[in-house]
Amino acid sequence: MHFFQHFGRYILFLKGMFSRPEKFKVYMDRTLLEMNNIGIGSLGIVAIIAIFQGAVTTLQIAYQLISPLVENPVIGSIVSDSSMLELAPTITCLVLAGKVGSHIASEIGTMRVTEQIDALEIMGINSAGFIALPKIVAGVVMIPMLIVISIFLSNVGGVIAGEASGILTPDEYLQGARGSFLAYNLFFSLIKAFTYAFIITSVACFQGYYTSGGALEVGTSSTRAVVYSAVLILFADYVLTQLLL
Amino acid sequence: MIDLKDIRKAFDGREVLKGITTSMEPGKTNLIIGASGSGKSVMMKCMVGLLRPDSGSIHYDGRDFLGLQHKELREIRREIGMLFQGSALFDSSTVQENIEFPLKMFTKMTPAERLDRVNFCLEQVHMEGINSKFPAEISGGMKKRVGIARAIAMDIKYLFCDEPNSGLDPVTSRVIDELLMEITQEFQVTTIINTHDMKTVFDIGDKIVFIYEGQKWWEGKKEEVRQSGNPELQAFINASYFG
Repeated sequence: MHFFQHFGRYILFLKGMFSRPEKFKVYMDRTLLEMNNIGIGSLGIVAIIAIFQGAVTTLQIAYQLISPLVENPVIGSIVSDSSMLELAPTITCLVLAGKVGSHIASEIGTMRVTEQIDALEIMGINSAGFIALPKIVAGVVMIPMLIVISIFLSNVGGVIAGEASGILTPDEYLQGARGSFLAYNLFFSLIKAFTYAFIITSVACFQGYYTSGGALEVGTSSTRAVVYSAVLILFADYVLTQLLL
Repeated sequence: MIDLKDIRKAFDGREVLKGITTSMEPGKTNLIIGASGSGKSVMMKCMVGLLRPDSGSIHYDGRDFLGLQHKELREIRREIGMLFQGSALFDSSTVQENIEFPLKMFTKMTPAERLDRVNFCLEQVHMEGINSKFPAEISGGMKKRVGIARAIAMDIKYLFCDEPNSGLDPVTSRVIDELLMEITQEFQVTTIINTHDMKTVFDIGDKIVFIYEGQKWWEGKKEEVRQSGNPELQAFINASYFG
């Protein structure tokens, strides 16, 4: 029963966001600012995760598959496909759920407990739309871009690890990656990225918006945003894979 | 004039407002007083639309506030300014951005016109020259004054203040009271102040509404407060001075 109450409130929150903006330019400015915060602000951590992810996957695949019967380019093909289909979108978004999600939830939660959201309402502004919409739009635009960068850097990590360990040459890696490349896989990866981006930002905005109390509750909202987003990402991962692959 | 009729509000079955009927006089300083937990904050939140009463009616100059559609409700809200207990300034914006925010959202003013208006509002609260400061860089009293400046940035008709003196020293508290009185008189706004500070009551109050356990227990002019003969009000006044 509790679940349906929250879910209903979440749907109403999303519906409430999409009213006509009071001033489009102000919303646009806020969206650009959020795009900078979410996109550029997360680039460093996404790059580090992607490079190490690609490197470690290459070493593990090589460890499991090394055999005279398996050609070296196969390793590149498996790492490249794994990065595109699963590792880059899912692992990166789980990390972003922690970084971006907790930041959004605590920012909005603090606005709630310090009456800044009430101040917006008093002025006649649709507070849900004003606060949440730019963050969700920014997330849905920027997170897929981060995922594309992550896929590229995973392969860079794979090439570096393969060369450094002497397992396979960059040419062998690229031969395998190119050979197995399917445009549909990239499309699938972007579908996942859009879905996860929406989950991360909307759940965090919802948790922050309905915070009540003080500093302790802001922390609780932030934690809930991360946990719920992570669970929903994993659930969506399973559903999308089942439906689209 | 704001008219409240039989306002009731309950939370989880506990009735906080038990049928309050009163009115706020136009162009005057109306004070809602009462002990903590008496329901005065809930009453103010109902009046500004942050909470919806379970029953009753609220009329702003004859306009049925609770019966309005979303769009009309927003129009009325633009006539309302509010000073929150914690000032509620936007942390990530400077003083200037805070004050010009409603102007940016609802007017077609040019940046130069907005700057003029911001400076005018800051002048009204005697806070000139702090445009580029962030809320974290100014004191509690200054935040309250900037909160007042933001509240009056638009041409408001009603100014609501939720415990404007809470957390302030007696001197700053007096400054805020004087400012509120000046603004009420100069701009002819209907000011509604929620307080339990009896000094404010006797300094700037025109009309006093005493809320006790969710009910309007007494109302009248400040000159009548001491002679009210209402035991709960007298006990509240005595406790305020000697408690």
